[in-house]
Amino acid sequence: MDKVLLIAPVECDGSLGKASLEALTAARDLAGQLGAPLCVGLVGADVQAAADSVAGCGAAEFYGVAGAEYAQPRYATDAAAFAALCKASGATVAVGAATSRVSRALPGVAARLGGVCDTGVTALSVQDGKPVATRWYYRQRMYAEIARPARPWFVALSTGCFAPCEAAPGKAQVAAAAPELPAGVRSKVTGMICPSAEEQTIRPDAALLFVAGAGWTKKQADGQAHLTEAEQLILGFLGKAQASLGTSKSLVDLSGEGQQVMSFLTHMHQVGQTGATPRHAKGLATCCHGEEPHTVGWRFIGERRAVNLDASCGWAQGKADVLYVADAFEVMRKVLELMP
Amino acid sequence: MSAGYHIVVCGGIVPDPLQTLEPVKGPAGWGLKNELMLPAILDPWAGHALFEAANLAKNAPGSKVWLVSMGPKAKLQQVMMTIAQKVPFELVVLDGPAGGFVEAQAVGTALAEAIEAIPGLDKSRLLVFGGWMSASRGAGATLQIVGEKLGIFEQFQGVDKLEVQSGGALRLLERVEGGSYQESTLDGPPAVVGWATGELPEPPNNPQVGMQNMRLVMPALQKAKPVKVEGGPEYLSVQVPSQKRETRVVKDTPVDEIAKEIVDWLKA
Repeated sequence: MDKVLLIAPVECDGSLGKASLEALTAARDLAGQLGAPLCVGLVGADVQAAADSVAGCGAAEFYGVAGAEYAQPRYATDAAAFAALCKASGATVAVGAATSRVSRALPGVAARLGGVCDTGVTALSVQDGKPVATRWYYRQRMYAEIARPARPWFVALSTGCFAPCEAAPGKAQVAAAAPELPAGVRSKVTGMICPSAEEQTIRPDAALLFVAGAGWTKKQADGQAHLTEAEQLILGFLGKAQASLGTSKSLVDLSGEGQQVMSFLTHMHQVGQTGATPRHAKGLATCCHGEEPHTVGWRFIGERRAVNLDASCGWAQGKADVLYVADAFEVMRKVLELMP
Repeated sequence: MSAGYHIVVCGGIVPDPLQTLEPVKGPAGWGLKNELMLPAILDPWAGHALFEAANLAKNAPGSKVWLVSMGPKAKLQQVMMTIAQKVPFELVVLDGPAGGFVEAQAVGTALAEAIEAIPGLDKSRLLVFGGWMSASRGAGATLQIVGEKLGIFEQFQGVDKLEVQSGGALRLLERVEGGSYQESTLDGPPAVVGWATGELPEPPNNPQVGMQNMRLVMPALQKAKPVKVEGGPEYLSVQVPSQKRETRVVKDTPVDEIAKEIVDWLKA
């Protein structure tokens, strides 16, 4: 019989993050459908408060790896901690959120324990008594339902696919798991480099994704490019809408080649075939064009609208709900006027 | 670091992103329709890793770059005609499948064995580079498996910058949530580095580099060992998303009306 383990790092404030709570929902539901026991494994400087916060989640056991060296995300310590949780619990299926911290270490843990790992899983179900995972291939261009006889099976769940678990708090008994750290952990996490408030154009929790395409940099009707105004319009809209900013590869590549395009755009904003595939309730694409490789960038966007000058644009046709055939400069100028 | 680095870049090939892809099930399992006919490119993230490796090697005298790649020999030869003109490297070929449905565990194990077998490789100076994800399987798992098999427990994923500091320590920036970077330091190799896009543009083609590389590429292709990849999940279904939206095209409409409709939609 399978045994399901949630693997969750604890945040700096001792809580469990939203992504981990989503993974807890998935792990709990999977255990329930399998009729398998659920256990929770936590990693952090101190894990008791996080365990207490989800004491009523239905887990039969709680395991923890605690200590200052486990406070920060780092492959060497995280892989050892996750492996220790799996060993201590005897779990056959381990579920974690596909955050950067978990995604970095989980496949290595699987290799270390002789198991298998699937990342970017968007759904978990049970068919014929077996756990089944859904994941995407070829950059969100096709998806598959997979089952695995091999154990332990490690699964990293994409964020935004499950509702965060609302478990009653209580007092959890946490059993300590003992990681086997490789001799001499040599790496040190020295800090975080975060965008300043003014440059904060990536907002994963935003309701809207605003996609700026290469058309913003092209010559306009007067024969001139208007980069400064394009920057002002885009940043002005982001400021008012508190939207997340995505861009196409072509625009980012221009900046990578040393051309001054838009100072705030980096590869971090790139969506599409070789970029991110973010999840937002709404998406507004402007001056974008292209076919399938580009549009995978908003595969997981709910309502989609686009503004560009091409009525047969591959970015929009069949992929957007509404395509406004108009000059994005004029439209966004007016949108900014109308927005509070 | 005076002796330089031994940088091994793991990079697979993927179908040209402009191609339409359709899954089909054959006798050997799932693959792509007309897969052998599809033009291939070096995986974009692996490409960034290769360019960063070459740049690092150029700035650290005594360094050497290997590109270890698994794929059908004919496809690899086609891709090398382009890639070999970009930066200097020595190719190590594993003649095996390169599709998205190939098990990461098996690929990682085969790559690790190939790296172990590289003559003259100094593991104390070893940096294993690669893309943190691929445009095929997209698992973001293979490099970690390679590292574990090689006994390298210092690993970094989603890296955009690697700097060599005075004294030889490495400073790395890994992408994390919210557009931020996590900054780490490491006293030196060995390490596994999964690259995001890095900071370098794609190098221009250099025919001289191409000629130098191709002298070693062709023998490497000829002596490529066939690799049998086994294991993997049981595929219950593989599908292309069927969702198609009925796009309402709004044209010949005053900008004021369009803007008002967008603002109302944003508020709703």
